[in-house]
Amino acid sequence: MKRREVIAASAGLAVSGLFGTRSSAQSARTPIVWWHAMTAANAEQVNRVAADFNASQDRAEITAVYKGTYPDLLNATIAAFRAGQAPHVAQIFEVGTGSMLAAGKAVKQNWQLAQEAGVTIDPAQFVPAVRGYYSLPDGRLASMPFNSSTAVMWYNKDAFAAAGLDPEQPPATWPGLVSACAQLKAKNAIEVPMMTSWPSWIQFEQYSAIHDLPFATEADGFNGLGAELVFNSPAHARHLQRLMDMSRDGTFRYGGRGDAPENLFPAGTAAIMFESSGNRGLYSRTSKFRWGEAMLPFDPAVIAAPNNAIIGGASLWAMTAPNRTAEEYRAVGALMAFIAEPDQVALWHQKTGYIPTTEAGYELSRQQGWYEQNPGADIPIRQLTRGHVTDNSRGLRLGRLPEIRTILEEEIERALQGEQTAQAALDRAVERGNKVLRDFQRSVRA
Amino acid sequence: MERRTIFPGRLLPAALVAPQLLLTVVFFVWPALHACWMSLHSEDPFGLASVFVGFDNYAALFGDPLYIATVARTIVFCFAVASISMLVALPLAVFADADIRGRAVYRTLLIWPYAVAPALAAVLWILLVHPQIGLLGRPLDRLLSLAGGHWDYKLNGGQALLVVVLASAWKQVSYNFIFLLAGLQSIPRAVIEAAQVDGARGWRRFRTILLPLLSPTLFFLLIVNLVYAAFDTFGTIQAMTQGGPAQATQTLVVKVFRDGHDNGDLGSSSAQSVVLMLGVIALTAAQFRFLGRQRH
Repeated sequence: MKRREVIAASAGLAVSGLFGTRSSAQSARTPIVWWHAMTAANAEQVNRVAADFNASQDRAEITAVYKGTYPDLLNATIAAFRAGQAPHVAQIFEVGTGSMLAAGKAVKQNWQLAQEAGVTIDPAQFVPAVRGYYSLPDGRLASMPFNSSTAVMWYNKDAFAAAGLDPEQPPATWPGLVSACAQLKAKNAIEVPMMTSWPSWIQFEQYSAIHDLPFATEADGFNGLGAELVFNSPAHARHLQRLMDMSRDGTFRYGGRGDAPENLFPAGTAAIMFESSGNRGLYSRTSKFRWGEAMLPFDPAVIAAPNNAIIGGASLWAMTAPNRTAEEYRAVGALMAFIAEPDQVALWHQKTGYIPTTEAGYELSRQQGWYEQNPGADIPIRQLTRGHVTDNSRGLRLGRLPEIRTILEEEIERALQGEQTAQAALDRAVERGNKVLRDFQRSVRA
Repeated sequence: MERRTIFPGRLLPAALVAPQLLLTVVFFVWPALHACWMSLHSEDPFGLASVFVGFDNYAALFGDPLYIATVARTIVFCFAVASISMLVALPLAVFADADIRGRAVYRTLLIWPYAVAPALAAVLWILLVHPQIGLLGRPLDRLLSLAGGHWDYKLNGGQALLVVVLASAWKQVSYNFIFLLAGLQSIPRAVIEAAQVDGARGWRRFRTILLPLLSPTLFFLLIVNLVYAAFDTFGTIQAMTQGGPAQATQTLVVKVFRDGHDNGDLGSSSAQSVVLMLGVIALTAAQFRFLGRQRH
């Protein structure tokens, strides 16, 4: 096809798109656009939620659009806002929350949206670990909880059995885990005893929360933009030192940042994999061996009974744009209320592996017998709801947190290469991260 | 002899160049100016508030030892990629230029990798060198572990740099091959034959006849390869290592992307783009001057 024809064809498409929106507007339904970052089975579920919402009422017509990965989606949203074309709803990952809270008039926070739309979205209906992450210090919701997960420990029961370990009793503490890994290695039960995805999120952010250690001052940033990172405490350094020791004796292998190592678990390469609980669907489809899901191990030397873990995942933000009508905001408010209905929460939870975000959705899943049919599927929610939410386990409210994660991971990588000590790595990460926090503070005050 | 077409009046020629000029202004000049403007400001990601900060972004940049390290790393990376890809392409071109059977097939096969998209090339390389699943990586890991080491480019910075250099250089071999082959073919047969009559063979003929006559092509390719390594390797690096481990494979463009796209620090990212732009302008100017002088 010649270039001219391509241009003509795309112009034709653009025109037909224009008429397409016209004809749907004729049916008097307000068109609403929802940008999301879900793929595969989870994307199907987003489309299912949209279809269910459209069928449940006749004033609004929602279209779910895939916009790439979480960082891509955040950037697309920002760029669209700057061009006056923001989507009505954007699914923003949890570490973007700090940046979104500083977005001022670019967003309509959940409490304000609900007020204007005349719907009730009671913060108390959400499980505390979820509510805490997405609400303001006074308890009002800033964004709408949607897909929440937590970090868990996946383990290969066949490898455990081969090493003479009890497959039904995964280690609950770090000392127990270290000796289990040594045994897996000594018995040559598997290539790599332990790996971790998301090194910063799982080994430092989650580790801090369950041990009730601060990750940053100001209640992990919830109380103000002046927060300073403090994840270089002796307890944190000892944990990194343990990972370094395990790396040296071959019981732990570093597999990269993000979810890069996740497929080495179903491939049978790693016996223990720290990953998101949202991987349940993937692992049950792709693993050819018996596997189990367990809570994150804890250090008895640091805390006697571990506290609640924190969440990952994303929430929904209502975006503003010039010329956006009250009817459009009303439709967005209705969608948010719809998503929090117990049967929607339960369905989303069961189909995706994300946790039920509301108590009612959890209760409904229990009544439906979901956890009897799927042993272990309640591990994430139990890990999130144990103990009491403290200033150190509410979540992280730090601007440019993705950048801080990268910095921490860079310094961990240098420590694992033997270029610096555990304490030096964490000190450097704190120093570099604090610079990022001050830059962020300056840019939002500007 | 020069062929020249003269258009009557001023309107027609202006109208004919207008679309090209417009494209240049909209897609090159305007964004470049915008980057210059942004590099002097501190702005929140949503663009709600913007403050003029003068040269603060630049001062912060050059006061940051990690940025200086990235500049040095980029220079090493660029010269490594350029020299490896040219050194591999040169013998290939010389041999494909020889009178051998089926040389059209060789030439076509050697040009192929150029058509592979950078991200895809990166995935193929990952499948080759991954320490746990790679076709080469697994045996390499086993071999190195005999000597008490590990093949692990996800953790070993030197190995990671080696992998991205090789993957980037591999992509560029085809390009160099095409130009070197064309350069070789443009050398008058008479010169080569005369050398043959005088008894120059093999290596001597290559060193005294082909190489000097190829030098303009080689210089052109050096500049093009340096620019390629500095800019077009982004896809390969991003897909393979995202600049890690630590910052072992972070080049200047990767850092621009990281700070601007992932971190939302538009001021610093713009300042870095402006610095890069100056670098390219300097390289291009050097190329024009040198090649221009050669021709006279």
